[in-house]
Amino acid sequence: MTLSMLQSEARVITAGTAVLAEALTRQAVPHLAVDWRPPLAGTAPALAKVLADPRREQANATAVGRMTSSRPRLTGVRPAAEVLGLPPRTFLHAGPPIDWERASGPMRGALIGAALFEGLAADAAEAERLLVSGGVTLDSCHHHRAVGPMAGVVSPSMWMFEVTDEEHGGTAYCSLNEGLGKVLRYGAYGPEVVERLRWMGEVLGPVLAAALALSGPVDLRSLIAQALQMGDELHNRNRAATSLFVREIAPAIVDASPRYASEVLRFVNGNDHFFLNAGMAAGKVSADAARDVPGSSMVVAMARNGTDFGIQVSGLGDRWFTGPAGVPDGLYLGAYGPQDANPDIGDSTITETGGLGGFAMAAAPAIVRFVGGDVSDAITATRSMYEITLAEHPAYQIPGLGFRGTPTGIDVTLVARTGVLPVVNTGIAGRVAGTGQVGAGLVSPPAEAFAAALAALADE
Amino acid sequence: MTTNTDQVEVRAGVYHDSVSLMRVSQALGSLPGVGVAIVAMATELNVGLARDVGFDVPAAGPTDLLVAIRADSAQELAAAGAELERQFTELGRAARSGGGAATEHAPRTTRAAAKVFDATLALVSTPGDHAFAEAMDAVEAGLSVMIFSDNVPLEQEIALKERAAERGVLVMGPDCGTAVVGGAGLGFANVLQPGPVGVVAASGTGAQQVTCLLDHAGAGVSHVLGVGGRDLSAAVGGRSTLVALRALDADPATELIVLISKPPAPEVAEVVRRAVDELSTPVVTALLGPGQDDLTTAVEKALHALGRPVPRWPSWTVPQEPRTAGLCGLYSGGTLCAEAKLIAGTGEFTDFGDDEYTRGRPHPMIDPAMRLEALSRASGVVLLDVVLGHAADPDPAARLAPAVREAVERGAAVVAALVGTDADPQGMRGQAEALHQAGASVFVSNAAAARHAASLVRRAS
Repeated sequence: MTLSMLQSEARVITAGTAVLAEALTRQAVPHLAVDWRPPLAGTAPALAKVLADPRREQANATAVGRMTSSRPRLTGVRPAAEVLGLPPRTFLHAGPPIDWERASGPMRGALIGAALFEGLAADAAEAERLLVSGGVTLDSCHHHRAVGPMAGVVSPSMWMFEVTDEEHGGTAYCSLNEGLGKVLRYGAYGPEVVERLRWMGEVLGPVLAAALALSGPVDLRSLIAQALQMGDELHNRNRAATSLFVREIAPAIVDASPRYASEVLRFVNGNDHFFLNAGMAAGKVSADAARDVPGSSMVVAMARNGTDFGIQVSGLGDRWFTGPAGVPDGLYLGAYGPQDANPDIGDSTITETGGLGGFAMAAAPAIVRFVGGDVSDAITATRSMYEITLAEHPAYQIPGLGFRGTPTGIDVTLVARTGVLPVVNTGIAGRVAGTGQVGAGLVSPPAEAFAAALAALADE
Repeated sequence: MTTNTDQVEVRAGVYHDSVSLMRVSQALGSLPGVGVAIVAMATELNVGLARDVGFDVPAAGPTDLLVAIRADSAQELAAAGAELERQFTELGRAARSGGGAATEHAPRTTRAAAKVFDATLALVSTPGDHAFAEAMDAVEAGLSVMIFSDNVPLEQEIALKERAAERGVLVMGPDCGTAVVGGAGLGFANVLQPGPVGVVAASGTGAQQVTCLLDHAGAGVSHVLGVGGRDLSAAVGGRSTLVALRALDADPATELIVLISKPPAPEVAEVVRRAVDELSTPVVTALLGPGQDDLTTAVEKALHALGRPVPRWPSWTVPQEPRTAGLCGLYSGGTLCAEAKLIAGTGEFTDFGDDEYTRGRPHPMIDPAMRLEALSRASGVVLLDVVLGHAADPDPAARLAPAVREAVERGAAVVAALVGTDADPQGMRGQAEALHQAGASVFVSNAAAARHAASLVRRAS
C-alpha cells in the first residue's frame, strides 16, 4: 500500500505541546498549530465514548446532509386547530415543556393573552385562575412540528404558516408575526393585543391563504439565500427577506382580496420581522428532517421557554437536555435596562440550529451594533461557529466571507471539545407579564445542556 | 502559611501545555529573590505540590491555571508578576501566529485545522486523556497521524487503528516519540541525512539509537515510522506495523527496512514475520529480547546488507575503577533502558520516560528534574542515556555535567549513552565533551555503554 504522506513534503497540523510545533518551525516545515484547550469539565469520558462510536461520522453526515438538502416551501396558511389537531383548551408554547408554576412573566402573559383571545376568560385575573388550576393543557410547540417566537404561545384559533419540505416531505408550522410593540409573543395581553390577534385570524390569515392558493408555494430556501446576500441573518434582521416575500406575494394578495389587500400589505410591510415566522417554520422543517439518525450527535433543536434553555439531538429522539436560560446581553429600548429583562425565551433559536441568525452574523453588518459589537465581532462570531458545526450550508452563503456557506449542524462533541457555545441573536422580553419587548441582543446557551446530551449519547 | 510575599491565584479557563508552563515557571524561578514559582494547570498533583510548600491555594480544577509565586520581598514579587504577564503575552502571540498559515483565527480542533490547511499529516501531543479526539479528527480527514501523547487507553488505540485501516492512513503511536516523514522530524527527532533506510519502530529511543548510528556510518534514512510501544501487543496485533512495512516497501526511496521493537506477542511476531516475507524490500529486524541482537548489532547487519563498512562507534572514555556497589540505570528512553538492562544482566533500572512518571508533567528528555534528583542520590556505577535532537532539552549537558561531576566526586562511576548526531541542535560532540570532562565515559552506542558499565560491576564482584 502507499501512504500519501511519504510522497510529499511534510505539511503538519499540530495539536498540543508547543515545543513540538517550535521544532517544526526550526526545520522550516509548514505547519498549522491548533489552539487546543481541554474540553468542558467532566466531559472527557463521555467524549471518548461518543467519538469512538463507529456510527457517528456517517450518522452525522446523514443528519447534516438532510438538514442542508431540505427544500422548505411555504405551502399554506391555516388555523392551528385544523393543522395541528389542537383541541380547545390546549395551548402550545416555546421551548422545552413547562408548567404554569415555573413559567416566567412573559410566558404567563402570553398564556393569559391566549386564554382571553380564545374566550376562555373574561379578564386577565380569570384567565390566570384558569391557568393556575390547570384548566388549559400546555405542551411544547416542538412536540407538534411547530415553533413559536418568544413565548411562542399557539392556541387553536391562531393561524399558522405551513411549510413543506419538498425534498424530504415533512411539514412544519409557525404562527403569524404580530408586529412590534405590545404583542403576545413578548408577554403583552392588553385589549389591543387580543384585537390584533382577532384581525389576524379573520383577515390576515384567510387573505394570505387565498393569495398562496393563487400564487402557488413560495420557495423559502431560495428566498433565505437571497436575503442573506442582502444583509439579513434571518433572526434579528428580516428586512430583506420580508421585502422579497412581499414582492413575491403582493400581486396574488391583490388578486385574492381586492377588499383587504391594502390593509394586509400595509400590515406586512410595516413589520420588518414579518418573514421571521415563515423562516422559523423553514428552519423547523429542515431540522426535523435530520431527526432520529441513530448515533448522530447533531443538535436538531435549541429552544427556550423563558426559564430553561433546552436542546434536542438527532440520535436521542425527543429527549430534552436543559440548563437555565441566560439573560441576553444587548441593547435596550427606551428607558428599559437589564433589570427589566427576562431570561432568554423562544423557539427562534431554530434559525441558529439551521445555520442562520447568530451563525450568519457576518452576513448582516447592518445589525451588528444593535446586538452589540462591530463588524469584526460579527465575522468572529460566524467564524467561531465553524468550529462547532458539521458542514457549510450549500445554499445559504455569506458574500463577505467569499460566499462561504453558513456554519450548519451543531455537533455536541465539538461544543464539548472546544467549549465554544452557539452564538444566539435574540429579542429580549420584559420579565413582568404584560410588558412586551424591552430590547435585543446576544445570548449564550448553558454549557450543561450540551454536556448532558453528550453524557446521554455515551449511554446509548 | 501564605505570607505577603506570596502570590497565589487561579485563572479559570486559561490553558497552556505543560512544557510551556514549565518554561514559564523556570523563567520566574531564576529571577532574583524568587524562591518558588509554580505556574501549572491546577491538577490535583500540582495543587498538592503548591499546598505542600505552604501556599494557600483556593479551590481549582484541572482546566484552571494555577499561579503560585513566593519571593523575598514585595518588590521582587511584583517583578515576578510582571515577568509572568510578559511570558503569557509571549505565549499568546506564539499561539496566534499559528506557524505561518494564513488564517485569522487559530482553529480549535484538528478537524477545523484540516479544513483550512492542506496538511499531509497531524501530530498530536495533547494530554493522553484528550488525544483520541484530535487523532480521530485527523483520521476522519484522511490524514495519517502521529500520537506523541502517552496514557492513551488501549481501546482508543485499537479504535483509531481500525478506523485508519478503513481510510488507508497510518496511526503512529500513541506514545510515539519519534518519526521522520517527508523530510520532517516529528517529536524527538534527530537531524539525519537523507538516505536509503526506512525504519519502522515500536520504540522511540530505539529508533533514535538506530538512525543516529546509521548517520554516524554515513547512511541516511528515507522515513522513520513510529508505531507506538503497544502496537505489537496481542491486543493491537501489529496493525500499524503492518501498514508501515507495506508503505515503506512501496516507497521508491527505501532500499532497506529496519524493524525495531521490544519483544512482541508471539502470535503477532508470527504475523509480522509472514508480512515481512512478502515484502520485496529486505528487512533487518531488531527485536529486543534475550538471545536477540542488540540495536547496535542490528545496525551493523543493516550496513552489511547495504554493502557499507561498519565504522568504529565513537566513544570518550575516562579511566574507571570497578565498583563494589551495584549498577544503577537512570534512563529517559524506554527501549534504551530495556536494552541496557538485558545487556548488563544486573542492576536497578528506572525508565523516567515511562507513563507513571510523565502523567501531568513533561518527558524527562525535556525536563530533567526527576532524573537529576535520582542522580544526586546514586552511587556505585551509574548508567544513563542522553538523547539529543529536536524538542529535547536544548543543552542537556549544561544541567547533567555538574550532577555527573558531583556523583564522580562522591565516588560513583558514570557511564553515558549519547544518542544524537552532529547536526542536532545540541551538537553531539560538544555534549560528549562536556559529559566527558565532568568525568563520565561516553558512548554513542547504548549497547557499548551498557557493556562498559556492566564490566565495571562484574570485575568488582
